[in-house]
Amino acid sequence: MGLFVTVKLNPERCQDGCQACLDVCPVNIFKLEGGKVKVVAENEDECTFCELCLERCKNKSVEIIKNY
Amino acid sequence: MAVLIDDRTRILVQGITGREAATFTKDMMDYGSKVVAGVTPGKQGQTVHGIPVFDTVKEAVEKQKANAAVVSVPPAFAKDAVMEAADCGLSPIACLTERIPKRDVIEMVAYADLKGVKIIGPNSPGVISPAKRSKLGFLGGNNPERAFRPGHIGVISRSGGMCTEVANLVSNAGMGISTAIGMGGDSVVGSTYLDLFPLFEQDPETHAMVLFCEPGGTKEDVLAEWIPGHFTKPVVAFFGGKFVDNMPGMRFGHASVIVRPGSGATRDKTRLFQQAGVKVVEVYSDIPKALKELLREKEKAAGRKIAVPRKKAAPAKRAVKKIGKNRKSKKGGKKQ
Amino acid sequence: MRLYEYEGKILAQKVGIPIPAGKMVDSPEAAREVARDLKGEVVIKAQILLGGRGKAGGVKFARDPEEAERLTREMLAGKIRDRKVEKVLVEKKLEIIEEMYLGITIDEIKKRMILLAGRTGGVEVEAIAQKPGAGFARFHVDPFIGVPGFRAKELAKHLGAADKGLGALSNIVSRLYGLTQKFDASVAEINPLVKTKNGSYLAADCRVEIDDDALFRQKELESFGIFPREERGREPTELERKGAEIDRVDHRGVAGRVVEFEGDTGLIIGGGGASLTVFDAILKYGGKPANYCEIGGNPTVKKVQLLTELILSKPGVKRLAVITNVLSNTRVDLVARGVIKGMLNRGIDPKKFPVVFRVPGAWEDEGFKILNKYGIKYFERAHTMDEAAKYVVEMGKS
Repeated sequence: MGLFVTVKLNPERCQDGCQACLDVCPVNIFKLEGGKVKVVAENEDECTFCELCLERCKNKSVEIIKNY
Repeated sequence: MAVLIDDRTRILVQGITGREAATFTKDMMDYGSKVVAGVTPGKQGQTVHGIPVFDTVKEAVEKQKANAAVVSVPPAFAKDAVMEAADCGLSPIACLTERIPKRDVIEMVAYADLKGVKIIGPNSPGVISPAKRSKLGFLGGNNPERAFRPGHIGVISRSGGMCTEVANLVSNAGMGISTAIGMGGDSVVGSTYLDLFPLFEQDPETHAMVLFCEPGGTKEDVLAEWIPGHFTKPVVAFFGGKFVDNMPGMRFGHASVIVRPGSGATRDKTRLFQQAGVKVVEVYSDIPKALKELLREKEKAAGRKIAVPRKKAAPAKRAVKKIGKNRKSKKGGKKQ
Repeated sequence: MRLYEYEGKILAQKVGIPIPAGKMVDSPEAAREVARDLKGEVVIKAQILLGGRGKAGGVKFARDPEEAERLTREMLAGKIRDRKVEKVLVEKKLEIIEEMYLGITIDEIKKRMILLAGRTGGVEVEAIAQKPGAGFARFHVDPFIGVPGFRAKELAKHLGAADKGLGALSNIVSRLYGLTQKFDASVAEINPLVKTKNGSYLAADCRVEIDDDALFRQKELESFGIFPREERGREPTELERKGAEIDRVDHRGVAGRVVEFEGDTGLIIGGGGASLTVFDAILKYGGKPANYCEIGGNPTVKKVQLLTELILSKPGVKRLAVITNVLSNTRVDLVARGVIKGMLNRGIDPKKFPVVFRVPGAWEDEGFKILNKYGIKYFERAHTMDEAAKYVVEMGKS
């Protein structure tokens, strides 16, 4: 969890590992680990709220939370 | 009236498909400037924010009647892009690209001279004429109206960032801008003070000038020599980087900020400006006060009013469109 | 990038300008060998990037190889004009009968290169050139025409060349301009340009500056052993080296270009004219900047964070000023995130430590929300950078 931004992936919704979020994120918040998409904790605070991940995720499994 | 650009300016953006250009093109359009065409070789037929892209400037001019250009292409291609625009007679050509080799700059400027067109920059943030909502480049970002209110003060800045900052200061003080020009911070630029001052002298909308100057080079020195007998309007100048006077050989933000002993120091430039009747302020926040004083003096001497604001005007209206504000709220699943 | 004399002479030789016989060395033993090969008297010239080395003891004559070795040892052990000498140039001593000046630089007002040819060369040439009637010819070069042969000839004639010397000197004039074009030199200077007893013309010294912005297309220089390097008036400090590393962490945006000073006020400033202005303002209100730096082009949070940590790591920094001009694309919220993370990582409480923000621009409302949450004082764009500078200086005093 970042100090300013927390990015969450809902594991129930993110099933097919389509990696769309990983493809579009300009600040590398997502990574592939053991065939599953994970959040890179140290990059969460780089989130610019471009919302490309939200737009591209067809399962609506990405959640962005502002901590301020 | 304004200087260099107005509502008849039809803008061509060279390098329109690049990341930077895609942003400032949108900003220019939102502001109300007439962006009519873009050029990126090999991408003819595409559109950027609805603006048609062409392979050559020639076609773009034929089809879209562009008469001015913004150049935002990588340094290695900038010379050719500027020459292409000059060849088609576009003027002014605002060259935003930074770090163009000086040999290339010298060539493109010589070519523009040959063609009788004006280059602003390179390494310029652009030009803006607020009353006409016309801007070339990225001055003021996505809400230029906040820093650049329409008015009667001409601005020339050697620093891109300080061009907006100075305009913001003038606007906050209840005055406004006729035209602001980011001259470019490099040692060789297409238009120096000497090339631009005659335009402001001719412009009835400009009542006074503000300059943001820096140490290094001789551009201020020659301006100081030229002003008496040629320029009749009040001029206020500020020097950023006075501390550099005490550290010869150190290099800072702009390439041209190198003090060589005996020349380029702000104290020498300040003295020359003062001799030429230019008011040099010690801290930049004093610019509006100095402007008002000079305008009042001039008014008195002329025995008539020249639109000097007496009171602080209401703060500039916030732009309606505000990126980043509550953008999250329309999407579900997020806390504010 | 300013070149050393021996590097400038490599380029001169490449374009066909005659230079004295000699070699650059970095050890006393090598100097002795070169002196032996050259035979006769030699001159030992310290290679530093500053003028005035002659007067400072950086140019010495040796009668034999042993003396060359001794003088080189002395030079390499000491400093010339406060610079450590790492290399010397050992050259055959010339029998000079005339010293002239030939230089090319950029005239930023005429926006062209200007050729300068003076009948008198030497260390005082700047002063001499200013005097009317000093015999200085000036010629602005049309970039599309270059220096025509006849113009080179006229300038050679002006320098007093005659007979066979006219052609030789004309060539040097043309070739020096050629050097600037071939290698993107913004300055090329032969001072002195000498005429020797046997009537030949040589570049006794050579000063060249390569346009930094053209280095990307001057890869050939590397094959001559001339590599891009950062230039400062002095060696970079530890803090400055680390600052450069931070900027290299990521290509997105600038957060670096740190210059260290003895001071009490850490600065995170925007670069260019605004930084110059902030620096002046901090000084004016009684603060002492501990550093200069530049942020811009929307740097990543991480870079700003590391830069903040670095600046706060400097002993004696008792306040932090985060002040920029009105920004177009650098995001205020991202800068705020980085600075706050940097402070927290250093164990500094933003509510207690004297820190001021004046960073108006893109996404500033988000930025202000963050700053509010951490209790950091900020100024909006209606307040000037001067006000913010004054405020932070006074904050640290109480």
